[in-house]
Amino acid sequence: MLLVVEQFLNGLQFGLLLFLLAAGLTLVFGIMDFVNLAHGSLYMMGAYFAASFVAWTGNFIIGVMLALGATLLLGIVLELVALRHLYGRDHLDHVLATFGLILFFNDAVRLIWGPAGLSLPLPTWLTVPIVILPGIYYPAYRLAIIAVALAVALMLYIVVMRTRVGMLIRAGASNREMIGALGINIKLLYTLVFGLGAALAGLAGLMQAPILTVQIGMGENILILAFVIIVIGGIGSIRGAFLAAILVGMIDTLGRAFLPDLLRQVLSSAAASTAAPALSSMLIYLLMAIVLIARPEGLFPANRS
Amino acid sequence: MKARLNARNAAAVLVVIGLLLLPLYTSLSGNIFALTLFTRIVIFALAAASLNLIMGYGGMMSFGHAAYLGIGGYSVGILAAEGIGSGFIQWPVAVLASALFALVIGALSLRTRGVYFIMITLAFAQMAYYVASGLSRYGGDDGLTIYKRSDFGGLINLSNRVQFYYLCLGCLLGGLYLIWRIVNSRFGMVVQGLRSNEARMQAIGFPATRYRLVCFVISGTLCGLSGALLANNTDFVSPAVMYWTRSGDLMVMVILGGMGSLFGPVIGAIVLLLLEEFLSQVTEYWAMIMGPLLLLIVLFGRGGIDGLLGRLRRA
Repeated sequence: MLLVVEQFLNGLQFGLLLFLLAAGLTLVFGIMDFVNLAHGSLYMMGAYFAASFVAWTGNFIIGVMLALGATLLLGIVLELVALRHLYGRDHLDHVLATFGLILFFNDAVRLIWGPAGLSLPLPTWLTVPIVILPGIYYPAYRLAIIAVALAVALMLYIVVMRTRVGMLIRAGASNREMIGALGINIKLLYTLVFGLGAALAGLAGLMQAPILTVQIGMGENILILAFVIIVIGGIGSIRGAFLAAILVGMIDTLGRAFLPDLLRQVLSSAAASTAAPALSSMLIYLLMAIVLIARPEGLFPANRS
Repeated sequence: MKARLNARNAAAVLVVIGLLLLPLYTSLSGNIFALTLFTRIVIFALAAASLNLIMGYGGMMSFGHAAYLGIGGYSVGILAAEGIGSGFIQWPVAVLASALFALVIGALSLRTRGVYFIMITLAFAQMAYYVASGLSRYGGDDGLTIYKRSDFGGLINLSNRVQFYYLCLGCLLGGLYLIWRIVNSRFGMVVQGLRSNEARMQAIGFPATRYRLVCFVISGTLCGLSGALLANNTDFVSPAVMYWTRSGDLMVMVILGGMGSLFGPVIGAIVLLLLEEFLSQVTEYWAMIMGPLLLLIVLFGRGGIDGLLGRLRRA
C-alpha cells in the first residue's frame, strides 16, 4: 500500500515534469510548425544554470529564479539569431539545424562546466518528509514539484485560453498571414512563444536537477519522451500534452516499480531484473506506435480548421 | 540517361577513383590510420545511401534507420557468440533479419505521413534499442565483443585490412549500382511519382503503400548489410549503434551530401566523418564548431553539397 501510493505520486510528479517540457515543445511545434530537437538542450541548460546560480548566490530560490531568466534569455537569443530564419522551411531542415545545436550545447557545457556532472543541493526546508496520509511520508521536494507544475499548467491554460496574448497565439497558429495582415507583430509573438517554451524546458530541467545529477546529454533521453507525449496527445494541443504526459509518466514509473516483480512470476529473477527496465522503457514507445496506427492525429487533437 | 561532364559527375568519378586507389596510398605511405578511417566512412556511406533511397527518392523521412545497423550487427554478434562463425550464415541472417524488421515496421509506419512518420520510425528504433539493452545474455547495455570476424573460408580474409576495405567498398559500389538501377526503373519512377503527387499516382491505379513498402524494405536490407560490416569493423556491437542520435547522424550525412542524388550521401559521409576527424584533432571540443557549421549549411546551403556542385556548373 505504502509503495503503491509512493510510486503513484512519483509517476504523477514525473508526468507533470514531462508536461512542462512537452508544453513548450507542443507550443512551438503547433504554432510555429517548428521541430525543435534542441529543446532538450534548453532543459539541460536550465539545470546547469540553476546549479551554478544556486552555488553562486547561496540561495536556492534566488538561484532558481536567475536560472529561469537565463534560460528564457537564451531561448530568445537562439530564436532571434538562428531559428526564426527556418520557419516555413521543411521539417528536415529543422531536424538538421537543431541537431547541430545539440552538438554545440553538449560541447559548450563540457567546455564551461567540465565533463563531470554537477549536483544541485536542496535547502533543508525542502528535504524533510511530509506526512500525506497517516503513516505515509513523502519527500517535500517532490510535493513541491507537483505543486509548481500544476500551478504552471493552470497559468498556461489561463494565458493561452483567457488572455489577449493567448488569443493572438491561437490566432497565429491557425492563420499566420491573416493575423500579420491585421497588424499584429507576428515575429515578436513567435519570439515570445519560443522564449516561453525555453523557460518551461529550463524549469523542468532545474526541478529535475536535485533528483538526478546534472550532466551532459541529460536532455536527449527526455526530449524523445517529450516528443512521444506531444505525438500521443496531438500536436499543438496543450490539453493533450497534459493528459499524455501524466499517462507516460505513470507508465514509466509504475512499469519500473512493478514490472520486475510481475516478470519474476514467469522468468528467473536474474532475467527479470534485466528485462524489466528495457520492457518498461519500451512500453511507452509501444503506446505511441499503437496510438499512431489507430489515431494518427493523436488522442486529443488540437482544434484546427 | 546520357552521362554529361559536369561538376557533379566529375566529383562522383573522382570520389570513386580516390576510394579505389586509397589502399595503394596507404601501403606506400604506411599510413594505416587512413585505411581504418576510410573503412568506417565507406560503411557509413552505404548506410546513408540506403537511407537516401527512401528519404531522397521516396520522400519517406525515416528517423530510425540506425536500427538496421544494430540488427545487422547483432545478427553477426549473436551468431558469433553462439559459435556460428561462418559468414555464409551470419550475413544472410543479418540481411534477412533487417528485411523482416523493415517489413513489419514499414507495414505499420506507412499508415502515417509527414512528421508522424518521422516519429513512429523513431519509436520503433528506440524499441529495438531497448530490446538490445535488455539482452543480458549478449552483454545488455555494455555491448557484445565479437572475438572472431565472419569467416568466409578461403574466399576472403576479413582480418586483413586491405581485403576488408575492398569488401566494404565492393558492397558500397554494388549498393549504389542497385539503387541507381532501382531509381531508373519503372518501380523507381512510381516511388518518385508517389513522392511528388500521391493522389495522382493513386488515381492512375498504383497501390501507393505497397510500392512504398517494397522500397522501405530494400532500404532497410541494404542498411542491415552495412550493420554487418560495421560489427566486423569494430569487432563489437552495442545498443549505442541504434540510439536515435546515430539515426540523426545518418540523416545529416544524407542532407549534407544532397538528398535524392545518387552520390550525395557518399560525399556527405566522407565530408562529415573527415570533418569530425579533422576537428577532433584540432580541438577536443570539435562539436562546438561542427554544430554551428551544420546550422550554417541549413541556413545558406540548400540542397547540400550536391546542390552546390549543381550550381557550379551553371556559374
